Amino acid sequence: MERNDPRSRSDAYGSRINRSHSPVVATIIPWISIPLGSILPIFVIATALPIIPPFGFLMLLAWRLVRPGLLPVWVGIPLGLFDDLFNGQPFGFAVFTWSVALLAIELIEARFPWRAFWQDWLTASILIFGYLMFGWLLSGATPNLHSLVAMVPQLVLTILLFPLAARFVSLLDRVRLTRWRTM
Amino acid sequence: MTASGQRRSGYSRRAQYNLFTGYIVAGIGALIGAALLAVSFFQPSLFGGLRSAANDGVSPATETASTVRTGSKGVWDSIAGYYRAGSKNAALKREMEIARIRLAEAKAVKQENERLKGLLGLQDEDVAPVAVARLVGSTASSSRRFAYVGAGANDGVTVGMPVRSPRGVVGRILETGDDSSRVLLLTDTESVLPVRRAQDEVVAFAEGRGDGLLRIRLINLGLNPLEPGDVFVTSGAGGYYRPGTAVAILAEKTDDGGLARIISDPAATDFVAIQPIFEPEAASGATTPVAQELGD
Repeated sequence: MERNDPRSRSDAYGSRINRSHSPVVATIIPWISIPLGSILPIFVIATALPIIPPFGFLMLLAWRLVRPGLLPVWVGIPLGLFDDLFNGQPFGFAVFTWSVALLAIELIEARFPWRAFWQDWLTASILIFGYLMFGWLLSGATPNLHSLVAMVPQLVLTILLFPLAARFVSLLDRVRLTRWRTM
Repeated sequence: MTASGQRRSGYSRRAQYNLFTGYIVAGIGALIGAALLAVSFFQPSLFGGLRSAANDGVSPATETASTVRTGSKGVWDSIAGYYRAGSKNAALKREMEIARIRLAEAKAVKQENERLKGLLGLQDEDVAPVAVARLVGSTASSSRRFAYVGAGANDGVTVGMPVRSPRGVVGRILETGDDSSRVLLLTDTESVLPVRRAQDEVVAFAEGRGDGLLRIRLINLGLNPLEPGDVFVTSGAGGYYRPGTAVAILAEKTDDGGLARIISDPAATDFVAIQPIFEPEAASGATTPVAQELGD
């Protein structure tokens, strides 16, 4: 059998004999990668404009849209609380926006059950736009025209980064389901 | 491709209830978030302790990252230095000669200054900084302009202390943790700083605009005397900042003042000094409501 097809006893995640998915890795990777995205912008010192994309929110959207059904709808509460510790917005901003975004995705999926990548990207773009505009309004700073103009590069960059985030999430998803040796 | 069948729970009661509960919890989460947001909008310092504890937690990592960042910047600078080294060298030599002359002049001025101060009986004390630390991070994705500095309450840092780099003012301490504190940068829209023009007594306010520039608003309106290239320094009014620290250079003239660029860009800053509040009494007086003052 192996002579005909060397990969006959394995699937995309490795050999199926004596190997199995790890429940710990399969569960923990989305729950770790989103908070890591939340911490990431803190390492950059960009002062003139808010140019760094909100990586935590981007990762959340990518996980939710690339792998629907993996994260529960209420995931915005714990992960949003964590994001609030680092995002510099008033506390509670991420809990609110992340929960609303996840509910909005549920609604969009109920309305348009047929899916394609461009549609996911459009959904993500609309949500990113709403998230950044809402953040600009409610950051506690005085909203003025100049800071609105200053938001544009960040908005464009974040929307353009979504496909990359989606590819990265699918890579993480393959790692998540890798088969490990079992006894 | 259709959506995955996750949301169609079929006939299983348990799956239906799970899905329904998920929506309810997510809805409650949104409400909790809105409530927290409303609370922190009116009481911004309420969750400060939580946030600073979280930043203390990641500060070893951000500290290391900032070391690497400044290190790599140095490597890049030394590579860039070889480019057109000859002509640069000549230009630097010319500059050096002029600088030597100016230095000699400055020495003379300093001497005269000391003499005059001695005549007036003024004391010139150099203030020791409370702490010297690295600028370790910032809220780079938010529209607020905050930075984190690697010194906190354990080093004696308190809220309100001015933060400066060798070039000029960076900002003011907003929240303190044990080993890290949050700095309100000059470019944040909530930051207002009393300044004066370096060469005379034209006083103004420097407000952050949120896009990296400062708006200079003159206090005495009338004929606008500013010119692009004017340097602004702190005036010492308000009691927080020591007078005479460089703040901004005017880039553009407007009706009521101008637009200025900050002199000490935090992105190019490595170490900063946290100084004690200049006149604590004046600073606390500025925050005391008038009614309370009258009542005492």
